Amino acid sequence: MPAKYGLPSDPDYSLRLAEFEARIGRGEKIEPGDWMPEEYRRQLIRMISQHAHSEVVGMLPEGAWINRAPTLKRKMILIAKVQDEAGHGQYLYHAAETLGVSREAMLEALLSGKAKYSSIFNYPTLTWADIGTIGWLVDGAAIKNQTMLAAGSYGPYSRAMVRICAEEAFHHKQGKEMVLFYARGSEKQRQMAQDAINRWWWPALMMMGPHDADSPNSEVLTRWGIKTKSNDTVRQEFINEHAPEILDAGLQVPDPDLHQDDKGNWVHGPINWDEFWQVVGGNGPMNKERLEARRKAHDEGAWVRSALETYAAKLQKATVAV
Amino acid sequence: MRNEIKQALIARLTALADDEVILSHRNSEWTGHAPILEEDIALANIAQDELGHASVWYSLRKELDGSDPDGLVFFRDADEFRNCELVELPRGDWAFTMLRQFLFDLNETLWLQQARDSSYQPLADAANKILREERFHLQHTQAWVERLGLGTEESNRRMQNALDFMWGYTQQLFVPIPGEDLLVAEGIVPDLGGLKTRWLEYSIQHLQNSGLKLPINPGYQPASRTHHTEHLWSILAEMQSTARWDAAARVW
Repeated sequence: MPAKYGLPSDPDYSLRLAEFEARIGRGEKIEPGDWMPEEYRRQLIRMISQHAHSEVVGMLPEGAWINRAPTLKRKMILIAKVQDEAGHGQYLYHAAETLGVSREAMLEALLSGKAKYSSIFNYPTLTWADIGTIGWLVDGAAIKNQTMLAAGSYGPYSRAMVRICAEEAFHHKQGKEMVLFYARGSEKQRQMAQDAINRWWWPALMMMGPHDADSPNSEVLTRWGIKTKSNDTVRQEFINEHAPEILDAGLQVPDPDLHQDDKGNWVHGPINWDEFWQVVGGNGPMNKERLEARRKAHDEGAWVRSALETYAAKLQKATVAV
Repeated sequence: MRNEIKQALIARLTALADDEVILSHRNSEWTGHAPILEEDIALANIAQDELGHASVWYSLRKELDGSDPDGLVFFRDADEFRNCELVELPRGDWAFTMLRQFLFDLNETLWLQQARDSSYQPLADAANKILREERFHLQHTQAWVERLGLGTEESNRRMQNALDFMWGYTQQLFVPIPGEDLLVAEGIVPDLGGLKTRWLEYSIQHLQNSGLKLPINPGYQPASRTHHTEHLWSILAEMQSTARWDAAARVW
């Protein structure tokens, strides 16, 4: 059944919108083929494809360390983790495809710089401890966000999130184990761990996006159950879990203003939103390299994809001839 | 076990493990850069399995001489590695990577099938376990050889170039290591002569069915696993960089 994407100019729009919002209000999932406002579809495609691109681009900073992992076990874990990310990218592209957009069109938007991906991947991975820290803080922040998205109203996205969160929990665990292990290790290992925390802490806090007051898409996303918690709420959950764990490990959180308030929440100092917008705008340390790496892989794979299509067409022709 | 047999078995296990570790390294270089996302997944899976196989072979060696697998991988120098030269060659293009993987996997599969009957039980058990994964690798890479060989003119040309380049190198897989004859006589490992016949038969048929021709001059054929290409130093410089970074770090 073809999906119907409603526009405010449609004669029955208000009626259908009311039914749609009532379904979301009852906690029902919206499925592919169900009526939905065009704006709901557009916002979902934007979010899901950004999320898929983040998984795919996210393979680069970590993948580069597979061949420098210091033990067979850590190497094995890292390959498995990066492979999971490719798998997450794959399910998410499929989830977005249920809204009538092709993977090719989404990739084109990524490669042309039109679509965004998580800015966290525009920071460099400078040492081996960054791999542990990404698992602990970056995946930790992603899990908070994705657990919220798993409760969302669009069936395919919400189900993808449930599955992805289960795997992310392993990534988080191994990252935390690694950083805590180095915090108790040699002097240089400890310094390496601290340096990684210093560099990743603030970008991890920025992963939840601008403060609620400055988040332009939030109102409609919340009403339609795409987002079920605000950016600041999710950020607070993240800090409340991770700040005390970092301190317990004998490491520092690079925020002189960090303190616990009387409700037990850990309160952070001012976030450098100028840096955030610079990176979102394409001026982070790794924006150009990441995109260039993706474009290069895509261009160099063109002959392979063309061979696959040609081979499949020949096979089809042979089958028809028989 | 007689000492000379034990030493030969240690050398064979080291050769098996080193092949897997270095090939896994080359395959891992594709992670995030494959021609389609599905292949990022598939090749990462293969690289992961290879690393797993290496761990199995190193741990069998450990049972014999107490050596530490991480110590062997991260603290040996290039001249102590016993992998074949084929696995050190740069990953090249997708045709090169898939063809090398096919020819390597075919050898591994045939070797493992026979090694299941090894008179050395730990080796027979390991072969049984690894063979299950290896069948998937072979199925996957065999399909790629066919698609690229019979795809476009360009993909066929790239496959043919890859074949012309690596055919001589693949022959090293069948060169016995010192003491291998003792292991064969004891029924511990397969005889590489018989294996080579079957490998040639199977691989040549599949290559021909895929529109590829064996090179008339196979080129350089490495003979000893104590010799390496000029790439191994750089591979190890990267692989061992973190492990050797801090002399005071006891564990990673």
